[in-house]
Amino acid sequence: MYQYDEYDQRIVDERVAQFADQTRRYLAGELSEDEFRPLRLQNGLYIQRHAPMLRIAVPYGNLNSTQLRTLGHIARTYDRGYGHITTRQNIQFNWPRLEDVPEILDLLAKVQMHAIQTSGNCIRNVTSDPFAGVAPDEHVDPRPWCEILRQWSTFHPEFAFLPRKFKIAVNGAREDRAVIQVHDIGLDIVRNAAGEQGFRVLVGGGLGRTPIIGEEVAAFVPWQQILNYCEAVLRVYNLHGRRDNAYKARIKILVKALGVTEFARQVEEEFAHLKDGPSTLTQAEIDRVASRFNDPVLSALEADAGYRAQLVADKAFAAWARRSVRGHRVAGYASVVLSLKPYGVAPGDLTAEQFDAVADLADRYAFGEVRSTHEQNIVLASVREADLHQLWQDARAIGLATPNIGLLTDIIACPGGDFCALANAKSIPIANAIQDRFDDLDHLFDIGELEINISGCMNACGHHHVGHIGILGVDKNGAEFYQVTVGGEQGNQAALGKVIGPSFAAAEMPDVISSLINNYIDNRQDDERFIDTVRRIGVESFKTRVYAERSARQQAGESAHV
Amino acid sequence: MSEIIKSGRVQADEWTVLRLAEGDDPAAVALPAGRVIVPLAVWLARRDALHAQAEAGVLGVWLAGNEDPAVLAGDLSALALIAVDFPKFADGRGYSIATLLRTRHGYGGELRAIGDVLRDQFFFLLRCGFSVLQPREGKYSAAQLEAALASLRDFSEPYQGAVDRPEPLFRRQPRTPLHKEAA
Ligand code: HEM
Ligand code: SF4
Repeated sequence: MYQYDEYDQRIVDERVAQFADQTRRYLAGELSEDEFRPLRLQNGLYIQRHAPMLRIAVPYGNLNSTQLRTLGHIARTYDRGYGHITTRQNIQFNWPRLEDVPEILDLLAKVQMHAIQTSGNCIRNVTSDPFAGVAPDEHVDPRPWCEILRQWSTFHPEFAFLPRKFKIAVNGAREDRAVIQVHDIGLDIVRNAAGEQGFRVLVGGGLGRTPIIGEEVAAFVPWQQILNYCEAVLRVYNLHGRRDNAYKARIKILVKALGVTEFARQVEEEFAHLKDGPSTLTQAEIDRVASRFNDPVLSALEADAGYRAQLVADKAFAAWARRSVRGHRVAGYASVVLSLKPYGVAPGDLTAEQFDAVADLADRYAFGEVRSTHEQNIVLASVREADLHQLWQDARAIGLATPNIGLLTDIIACPGGDFCALANAKSIPIANAIQDRFDDLDHLFDIGELEINISGCMNACGHHHVGHIGILGVDKNGAEFYQVTVGGEQGNQAALGKVIGPSFAAAEMPDVISSLINNYIDNRQDDERFIDTVRRIGVESFKTRVYAERSARQQAGESAHV
Repeated sequence: MSEIIKSGRVQADEWTVLRLAEGDDPAAVALPAGRVIVPLAVWLARRDALHAQAEAGVLGVWLAGNEDPAVLAGDLSALALIAVDFPKFADGRGYSIATLLRTRHGYGGELRAIGDVLRDQFFFLLRCGFSVLQPREGKYSAAQLEAALASLRDFSEPYQGAVDRPEPLFRRQPRTPLHKEAA
């Protein structure tokens, strides 16, 4: 992964000093609450239901074992023994004390980490494909581009106080695994007809209250110009985005208000001035950044006969491998997904011991590196096939080998009402109740690939709009209820789910999911996935089934009481 | 008299910022005596009458966040002082306005940040081309302002180019690649 040079380190060190002073002034009463808020937010520090919440940047999801051990230490020393992987690949701690945060940031800086711009109305952590650099379907490694964008956006003086937060994602593969269509800027690395490399630029995607799929504002921006082009987009947004209403302040609202054609015209006009300016990138700079990734140099290995034999001999291993092991661009290697979705645990949570244990796995099997995913799991990017069986046993011993990656119980959920002050309803208990209902592995495999995403309120931190099944916490006369959407999808076919009807009480949710699944099983053809069936037959039949079975349950419940 | 930060020092300031009250007519409102910074509306309404004062260096113009600096493009050589107002410190339009004045329009005179100008934004303000920082009167004590001078140097080598240092770090400094070893 990327190794800091002296300048990277200096900037992070200077930030630690700056924030320590700001916190000191706040605690001494020199900085008002209002003045301190954006400063702490730009260091990832929220004040939440129980305590501050600290969000630590994991640039495009890349972590090494030293960093994991530091995170484990932070979880143990300053938190209640665990941390949480977010849907934007970052790490959150829910219980640190404000007074301790400068010290935590200092520890992070020592391992080339920080919490810069993980919150606040600024350019946030750039996200990307967790399989970047190793995916077989990748044409260009997005990581150097992510790093270049990270550096450009870090303390960008013109864009530190945008109308609202701003998220950028980059994809360099055939299959988009970075959800670029629901980002403020989505960058797709492409080639033009002449074979030159550049970026297709999408703008104005986002979830939240007003979910919108991003629209293309430029079909091709040459790579040399990408910072100039992003600067043009940001400047138009900074000057013209709404500042009177936080709910209408995202760039997607501006793009909708102007229309994408007019928005693109304004960006082009700004870009004409910036083009070929000092921020124009050079091949030498791209090469330099790429060189600092220090990836292991892998040469192809013979396909491992032992691994094939173990797959045949050990059914439990084979079941895990089917879900967790993915192809790698170098023969004899694989990528592995460790599931942070064992039953009964908050999706995406890691204990301090698990942080350490994952670090050990990374050192032993994966060249010391891991990736966090926006599905809230962990990826070991490069593992020898010959090591997979042993890795599986080790991962199982620490509870990270649930064979459910991509299946119904691999649920994405925000922290919800258990932690978040904005929540309408809890998310985690709903995820756990659904996992309990579907605890039979054979059944789970039979249902096949399915994404359930849960958010505790319309801010959509759990990406419910793009879940095949989306669950949204709503407030109904002070009670926690859940609205269900069906048909959302992330990736190349990104789509927003449709609401199926009136919301449900928490206790009904496992039954609702069962009705949806049964309708799928009754209607599916061949090896159609849930989402394919929804696309083919439409949402209506799912809706009918859910509410019919719900009425039947209610009647049965009433007659039972007579 | 308010205090400002200029050329890296705290200094006393002799300019008055004129703000229109509800119902004031920009074409007729009385200007205070001495050096004055008038709202854009006043300048546009009375440009011919005020031109000599601007040329003499005793009158400047301030822009609000929703005002396009391009309207001043023809006046820049006459103006020795332009200010940009920050109604709230978290309203970041002024950063783009300042950048445009310096880079697009080539304005070389004094550029002043007025309004809700806070110490923790000084660094960003300077980077965007402001040459004078004017916190609200009474916002900071003299001692606090002196201490705040340290904030001007919060980051010694920022990554990206901006008005103060147009070249990004990779053009300003030699940054070294890393050489790979075989695994
Ligand atoms: C617990 C404290 C949290 C608070 C107060 C919070 C607050 C918010 C708010 C207000 C928004 C909507 C912003 C907008 O649309 O302009 C939002 C969006 C978002 N949050 Fe959170 N959040 C929290 C935790 C999380 C966590 C833990 C995750 C990851 C699991 C997360 C991921 C996201 C994402 C991905 C979005 C963007 C949705 C979009 O594209 O609009 N947040 N959050
Ligand atoms: S979706 Fe709502 S409840 Fe969930 S973390 Fe975000 S703001 Fe909180």
